[in-house]
Amino acid sequence: MSPNDGVAVVGLGIHPFGRHPGVSGLEMAAVAARAALADAGIGWAQVDFAAGGSDAAGNADTTVSVLGLTGVPFINVRNGCATGGSALTTAHAMLSAGSAEIALVVGFDKHPPGAFNPLPEDWGLDSWYGETGLMLTTQFFAMKIQRYMAEHAISQSTLAKVASKAFDNGARNANAWRRRPLSEDEVLASKMVNHPLTQYMFCSPGEGAVALVLARGERAKSLARTPIHLRSVAFRTRRFGSFEVFSPSIPIESAPSPTTEAAAAAFEQAGIGPRDVDVAQLQDTESGAEVMHLAETGLCEHGEQESLIQSGATRLDGRLPVNTDGGCLANGEPIGASGLRQVHEVVLQLRGEAGERQIAGPHRVGFTQVYGAPGVSACTVLSR
Amino acid sequence: MPEQTDFVAVADGLIAGTADAPQLIGSRCRSCGVVAFPRQASCAACTSRDVEERRLGRRGTLWTWTIQCFEPKSPPYAGTAEEFEPYGVGYVELPGEVRVEARLTEADPAQLRIGMAMELVLVPAPGDGAAMTFAFRPAEEGE
Repeated sequence: MSPNDGVAVVGLGIHPFGRHPGVSGLEMAAVAARAALADAGIGWAQVDFAAGGSDAAGNADTTVSVLGLTGVPFINVRNGCATGGSALTTAHAMLSAGSAEIALVVGFDKHPPGAFNPLPEDWGLDSWYGETGLMLTTQFFAMKIQRYMAEHAISQSTLAKVASKAFDNGARNANAWRRRPLSEDEVLASKMVNHPLTQYMFCSPGEGAVALVLARGERAKSLARTPIHLRSVAFRTRRFGSFEVFSPSIPIESAPSPTTEAAAAAFEQAGIGPRDVDVAQLQDTESGAEVMHLAETGLCEHGEQESLIQSGATRLDGRLPVNTDGGCLANGEPIGASGLRQVHEVVLQLRGEAGERQIAGPHRVGFTQVYGAPGVSACTVLSR
Repeated sequence: MPEQTDFVAVADGLIAGTADAPQLIGSRCRSCGVVAFPRQASCAACTSRDVEERRLGRRGTLWTWTIQCFEPKSPPYAGTAEEFEPYGVGYVELPGEVRVEARLTEADPAQLRIGMAMELVLVPAPGDGAAMTFAFRPAEEGE
């Protein structure tokens, strides 16, 4: 299938990320959906399939009552950090199968301040695991990067540079939450949360919404915007042996991560290799995640991150700009919206419409990867 | 079924042995040999339900670690703000068995090193009860 027969992103909408007292998640979703429809130059009545969801802010199809009751088939998705990726996977499959011509995908969320507060019984664990202080996502991320740093000679300075870059990029993004640049030293000097990760190396749960309009084949070309081809979407869950959050034990023999497998599948489906990627958005729940995901996705070799990041290769003017909108670190993490925010940013970059954060180099191929508990990953490849 | 112990554990079916020599209760798959903790009713590696209980080894090496510097939210955490002190957490590799996540008795990052020898002990569980939970403490090499 040539890209022209496939599925393209033809409309983008976003509600700013951050804190919005008095504005519900569903209201943010409606703002994003209307913006995406306007960007595509179509009305809600022309959408013949929709999918979306949030983790903690309600059912996506409730937005329908705001946008208008058109009878559109709407699938609500609630799938943790992969909510946006799952909605996108569903819409991509419906369009590819010829079951719809134009689809809307929406993701949104609204979380209270502070770290996520999972309960053991929701995750198939006994209460002692939470009672004794082992059930914290921050602990897991810290222990995963701690091991990785020892195996692959990654420095704490590199972790700080990832965060500093994110806030530099966020400062250039009007929709970002954290817009004050922070130096590497400020990141290192912030409060220790879980060794080796300091406060400014972590993202925070937040609020926001993103909507995308997708169209297939000829229909995409007939619309107002230059279509950005969604060459592939791949979604995987963990295999036995992958080191994941909320694991009272892990086997000695390890397996590839869900990100490794989802990324490989996405590149294979797209017929595009990781070396062709001009811009990438990677899950950066904390600095270490961006470092590890660079290699898990195949964008570099394990251990190569130290030189890549120290040399500035992942900055806006580098050869592989990563998290150009500031990522989760500068945007916060409204779970349902995060994965779609990544696609939103890559489409802006590939259109050449990213304004003061437009990447300096070529912008032909983009890649996104969202990852979360308890070991899910969704990747996309996009091209002009 | 549960043998007599000389301590109160934070949960049933989790810790066996004595206060001086506690043992974690895990399971081993009779089909593929994979060991898991806590005890599982089926094998996540091969899906077999032919699983037996297994007492895990008491010594291993530190595979990774962190320090929990802030008080976890309650619930689920059973401890209180007044008594909170940062604590170590790590995965300890029990040779030939499994890597177990546990609290560490050591909370000073300068004293923790990947690969160091560790030994299972009991520590008071967070909260106001008398229950004990498991933790690993640094052990003398080759002890």
